[in-house]
Amino acid sequence: MSNHTIPIVREQDFILIRSHIQELCAETGMNLINQTKLITAASELVRNILNYAKSGKVMMEIVSINARQGIKLTFTDEGPGIENLQAAMQDGYSTSSGMGLGLPGAKRLVSEFAIQSAPGKGTIVTLIHWKDGH
Amino acid sequence: MKMQVDDTMQRNNLVSREELQRQSEELLTALLQAIKKGNFDNVYTDDYAQVNDILSDISVMRARQGFSPRETNRFVLSLKQALCDVLEQEHAGTPEVLYKEILQVNSLLDNLSIIAFETYIKGREDVILRQSDEINEISTPVIRVWEGILALPIIGTLDSSRTQTVMENLLQEIVETGSSIAILDISGVPTVDSMVAQHLIKTVSATRLMGAECIISGIRPEIAQTIVHLGIDLSNIVTKATLASALQVAFARLNLQVRSIDRMAAPLLK
Repeated sequence: MSNHTIPIVREQDFILIRSHIQELCAETGMNLINQTKLITAASELVRNILNYAKSGKVMMEIVSINARQGIKLTFTDEGPGIENLQAAMQDGYSTSSGMGLGLPGAKRLVSEFAIQSAPGKGTIVTLIHWKDGH
Repeated sequence: MKMQVDDTMQRNNLVSREELQRQSEELLTALLQAIKKGNFDNVYTDDYAQVNDILSDISVMRARQGFSPRETNRFVLSLKQALCDVLEQEHAGTPEVLYKEILQVNSLLDNLSIIAFETYIKGREDVILRQSDEINEISTPVIRVWEGILALPIIGTLDSSRTQTVMENLLQEIVETGSSIAILDISGVPTVDSMVAQHLIKTVSATRLMGAECIISGIRPEIAQTIVHLGIDLSNIVTKATLASALQVAFARLNLQVRSIDRMAAPLLK
């Protein structure tokens, strides 16, 4: 299975990430709506990394469990981490001037969402979107 | 040492171009001066400042002219063969000396070729950066669709700097044309995430402050779904699926009407 890691340092890096996700979507045959949801979630996380951690990376791969195919994205950064994870997952909470919809919005867009973070320890966000969107 | 230089110069002259000759002359003169100081190891010292400058200039120029990396690096590496040939002749009887000298020449020219390569890539990156600036500029036109109606087709990713350009162009155009309705068409925006949405909302608010109304059009079905899932509230903004329906709204606001002509009822137009 294809497995790519792309560094995230500039806004433009997202263009490369998006085209990789599109390739993976084409490989699994994911439809346009699910593809858009996954790409939008990825965009939120890339922006978070650029905003708070300044740099990080994303690993993209196709996963399959019981003949069910999906795309898994793992975002890793070594930034300041998130102090109040519970608050960060709530709508409208933001430590910057954003809308505070990034993390909770991304969670709603994909099938599975996991976040690990502690102050000073960076953040790891894993998301999986199954081909059928559930 | 002088012999070396002469010889290398001849070698480079084999590629007979006046520009190339001038470049290699410049480079060799500087290199000769640097070598005279006896520093063979560290090319990042002041001794080599001039060499580095010349090399950088040449590399950047070549990057702009579209030379391949191989051609650019060859320019430096061809010196190596020439120098080695000369050293071989001079120290034919003493292999130890020859070996040592060749090692020195080798590492010196390797370092120089790294500098050439680094600057070559930097030159190429500058070209790319300039192009992306140009794309930014040309991809945010403001169109006067009708008296009092402006349209802004946004194509590509909407980041903070793009939004700034879009907003500035739009507000400026509203003042200049005295338009009262602006249509932002986002059919060409691939991803609408919360930040893009926030930028759109800001643009709409700024337009309103100018006394004009803003309609967002080109919302594709998948974008609509994504916006809802993200939890973005666009309910107090007029949004339309297509530019055509946004135009219709705009015409209605200006009390204009577009209708097909009934040829029977208007015989004069026949």
